[in-house]
Amino acid sequence: MPAVSKGDGMRGLAVFISDIRNCKSKEAEIKRINKELANIRSKFKGDKALDGYSKKKYVCKLLFIFLLGHDIDFGHMEAVNLLSSNKYTEKQIGYLFISVLVNSNSELIRLINNAIKNDLASRNPTFMCLALHCIANVGSREMAEAFAGEIPRILVAGDTMDSVKQSAALCLLRLYKTSPDLVLMGEWTSRVVHLLNDQHMGVVTAAISLITCLSQKNPDEFKTCVSLAVSRLSRIVSSASTDLQDYTYYFVPAPWLSCKLLRLLQCYPPPEDGAVKGRLVECLETILNKAQEPPKSKKVQHSNAKNAILFEAISLIIHYDSEPNLLVRACNQLGQFLQHRETNLRYLALESMCTLASSEFSHEAVKTHIETVINALKTERDVSVRQRAADLLYAMCDRSNAKQIVAEMLSYLETADYSIREEMVLKVAILAEKYAVDYSWYVDTILNLIRIAGDYVSEEVWYRVIQIVINRDDVQGYAAKTVFEALQAPACHENMVKVGGYILGEFGNLIAGDPRSSPLVQFNLLHSKFHLCSVPTRALLLSAYIKFINLFPETKPTIQEVLRCDSQVRNSDVELQQRAVEYLKLSSIASTDVLATVLEEMPPFPERESSILAKLKKKKGPGAVSVSELEDVRREGGGELNGGAERGNDTAAAASNASTPSPSADLLGLRPAATSGSAAPSASSLLVDVFSEAGPAAPSSGVNDEGFLRDLEPPTESSDSLLVEAPGESDPEDSAAPLPESDELLNKFVCKNNGVLFENQLLQIGIKSEYRQNLGRMYLFYGNKTSVQFVSFSTAISCPGELQSHILPMPHLDSVRSQLNVQTKPVEPLVEGGAQVQQVINIECLTDFSEAPLLNIKFRYGGALQNITLKLPVTINKFFQPTEMASQDFFQRWKQLSLPQQEAQKIFKANQGMDTELLKAKLLGLGCALLQNVDPNPENFVCAGVIQTKAQQVGCLLRLEPNAQAQMYRLTLRSSKDTVSQRLCELLALQF
Amino acid sequence: MAALEGLNTDLKMQFMLLFSRQGKLRLQKWYVPLSDKEKKKITRELVQTVLARKPKMCSFLEWRDLKIVYKRYASLYFCCAIENQDNELITLEIIHRYVELLDKYFGSVCELDIIFNFEKAYFILDEFLLGGEAQETSKKNVLKAIEQADLLQEEAETPRSVLEEIGLT
Repeated sequence: MPAVSKGDGMRGLAVFISDIRNCKSKEAEIKRINKELANIRSKFKGDKALDGYSKKKYVCKLLFIFLLGHDIDFGHMEAVNLLSSNKYTEKQIGYLFISVLVNSNSELIRLINNAIKNDLASRNPTFMCLALHCIANVGSREMAEAFAGEIPRILVAGDTMDSVKQSAALCLLRLYKTSPDLVLMGEWTSRVVHLLNDQHMGVVTAAISLITCLSQKNPDEFKTCVSLAVSRLSRIVSSASTDLQDYTYYFVPAPWLSCKLLRLLQCYPPPEDGAVKGRLVECLETILNKAQEPPKSKKVQHSNAKNAILFEAISLIIHYDSEPNLLVRACNQLGQFLQHRETNLRYLALESMCTLASSEFSHEAVKTHIETVINALKTERDVSVRQRAADLLYAMCDRSNAKQIVAEMLSYLETADYSIREEMVLKVAILAEKYAVDYSWYVDTILNLIRIAGDYVSEEVWYRVIQIVINRDDVQGYAAKTVFEALQAPACHENMVKVGGYILGEFGNLIAGDPRSSPLVQFNLLHSKFHLCSVPTRALLLSAYIKFINLFPETKPTIQEVLRCDSQVRNSDVELQQRAVEYLKLSSIASTDVLATVLEEMPPFPERESSILAKLKKKKGPGAVSVSELEDVRREGGGELNGGAERGNDTAAAASNASTPSPSADLLGLRPAATSGSAAPSASSLLVDVFSEAGPAAPSSGVNDEGFLRDLEPPTESSDSLLVEAPGESDPEDSAAPLPESDELLNKFVCKNNGVLFENQLLQIGIKSEYRQNLGRMYLFYGNKTSVQFVSFSTAISCPGELQSHILPMPHLDSVRSQLNVQTKPVEPLVEGGAQVQQVINIECLTDFSEAPLLNIKFRYGGALQNITLKLPVTINKFFQPTEMASQDFFQRWKQLSLPQQEAQKIFKANQGMDTELLKAKLLGLGCALLQNVDPNPENFVCAGVIQTKAQQVGCLLRLEPNAQAQMYRLTLRSSKDTVSQRLCELLALQF
Repeated sequence: MAALEGLNTDLKMQFMLLFSRQGKLRLQKWYVPLSDKEKKKITRELVQTVLARKPKMCSFLEWRDLKIVYKRYASLYFCCAIENQDNELITLEIIHRYVELLDKYFGSVCELDIIFNFEKAYFILDEFLLGGEAQETSKKNVLKAIEQADLLQEEAETPRSVLEEIGLT
């Protein structure tokens, strides 16, 4: 039993609590509780009316049971009944129950509101306070509707008791946060602001929270509070420690109110009125001075309260960022705290200094504490303090101390807590890049990072080092040498193997002159790691090997031997097998010229934002990395690291895209879902021509089986010229490569279903098509424009996904899924002069796809073989089902699709007039629903639809923002599938 | 992170928890609307985190996107969640002032007082903090309000027992 039992002490309750405490096991407790619940239920249901006391006791027991963590599904009605009791304690328990177990049952809320209304009108201050506490505790919208009009009146009325005013102020604050639309201050504004002058400190303390919140939302209406707050603060700061009586806390006058006043001032810029500003600066100086005075008490409460005010004052000084003198003083004060014996103060000083480091006035002053901070990183026993020290080192880093800080962080990493390693790795990587003056230091740092904390080095980090090495030719030789040395270690991290494989594959020749790192030595070193690596790394190594064959022809037999062995060409992993087979073939068939072009050194990477920085931002949330910092890196990254590199769109977007579906193929994220423009088709036809046994009409491959040489070959026009060089290999009986204009023809049909697909002097091909759900039917009309018959007329359609099964007739590859199922019957082999034949094609969309099926047409006209390959205008948008939705739903869904990879965006110049009606027609033709009254800007267009495939439905949202002045568009696509967003965006960007 | 999505970002204190060294929850006050399930999850996670910390460690820790300020008094941990930019030290003293209020009211308060008179602990808290903000920081004024209520209660209780004695109920 308790030592003290104040008030009425409900005996039954005390006995029950004792029983529960005496329960030996969880089961016994549950048994006791169930017994009690049964008892209470029977009392509540019983015929005999319960008196108020019993009701109160049982409601209190239910509350206790609920607070133990059990569910309570009855008793609410009894609690509501207690509200209308005129006995204070019964009312009080009723309100407590409601506050803790609020039920959204509207019937009950009405009754509760009714009781509250009565109590507010009772003019009994204790009852009024109870009612106000209940509103503040529950804070539901229904309550706001009922009382938001009444409470401001209570708050400012002259005859309201102080304690009621206090409750009313905070009650209103809670309602304002729940339903700002319902709380209209309007006429009350000035009287509420003047509560800052109230004689009662408690009223000021409560009111200032309300005023701060309202000021944040309506700064102009409340700006008179600034001068009032300054004078109030000034009075408190200058008062002797006993002046404020009970509002003095351990010799500190009104610490809570002081903090709140300083916080309120942070809603505004420095006061414009010189006198007010002078007074405020004086206050801040006094606060800083007091920190230097000997403490008036040894109690920690005294120093905590005093320092709470000090830290809040420093926050205000940093917020103003205009008083160099105060900033430097603040910094010196914090510097003292860095070595304080109180862990709490050290923690807060490190934290506060982080923000000071970003001010130009105090950055240098912060830097003087570097040794202390480094020491904290090494010696603090609490990981949360060490974390702050690491943050501060990151914040104070600049060109002058980068090497020291990075070195310290690296050495800390060796023993750092697992919980913060990943973040530390990112920070080191960012600093190393940002402040790299000589790039050999950068390379050393990152390789050290991989050596020390390889497991925590994310893809972004090692992608980045490769991007930088590729873009900086002055560091390539050094990188090759260093990575070669690092790989000598008997156990090196797989990330090291990746970087090593890539860099030696590109630049191994730069160190091949040294017999200790001759080509074969390099190869053997890499290959010694091969068997211990995961599939993605092995895939990368295979690419490095084929690059070796190009760099060092003398390694060819050795490498071919490796590629040829069963563990490669028969590897159960499709990706590895395919690479092995294709590389083997490539190396044996292609001439050295072809090899040299295909395996040319990687072109410089286009630059945007460091993907590492993006990752850190994502990890820490917005605000973790300041804007200026971002710009810094962008500027330096763009200017120094990638001098002259073009700022491409697709590649950079893909490079910063952290999660790509197929890591094995997507080295450096450099392969966008489908390379737009002409590079894609020609690239795959290169494959077709090199491997002459490729089946008829090998189309450019789809998403899953895209020619992986893509990541090795430069995405430039050079692949086109290859096509010209290689024709000797191809057989005229095979399908021709798609016509150069086939993409353009395809694009014409993105927003329409019928029309003429192709026409030359001999042949015209017309199309009519219709789509429903994931099915489509297409009618092709082949018209003979001549007067002579076509003989041996035949057509063939091939789909993405077939490329693989043709090239690699391996049994287990039959499972490769195609994306479209296309069926048709052969056409008559004779087309008379002037006649037209029709062909029906049934299409089933199995999964989303990027590449259109190819249509190959062959016939003989006057003895000459005509061989034409076109892209069949089947695009993913054909399987759109329009979805109508209201503005609210649209934006809700839009927000749900906020992962970076779910969005695809393009900004492009208008190719044709920006006529609204034309745009609408195009968007409707796209197949999705054009939504009205959704976008707040009427110039913009938004659409919604669902792509229907057999495998899944993909919801897509579209937003097109025309800028008539600049003749530009911004197009944004969001969908649940990255490949769909990308593809739609590409398709659509060519339409306007 | 999902559990906290309902949190209103400009509220000062998000919640206060009192729990014993054995991890038993003694008082919970939520200043943000959360479902019971979320409350239980948060409680479980926090109790575990705080109990795992060593005595000399600092009283603040970052947790999800909030800051936790906690202090141990005898067998009880007092633990508050505040916004990241909020003032940690003043929150620490909020805790201390609450402990002082309990101590004054119960007369050297111990965990048992809070177990057996949990409703009083809630009433005192409501007088001191409302909606997560300090309502009245004067110890005298808070206790005066509570004592007035106790007085009201005794006045109300007396007639009942008289009536009962003469068998009129």
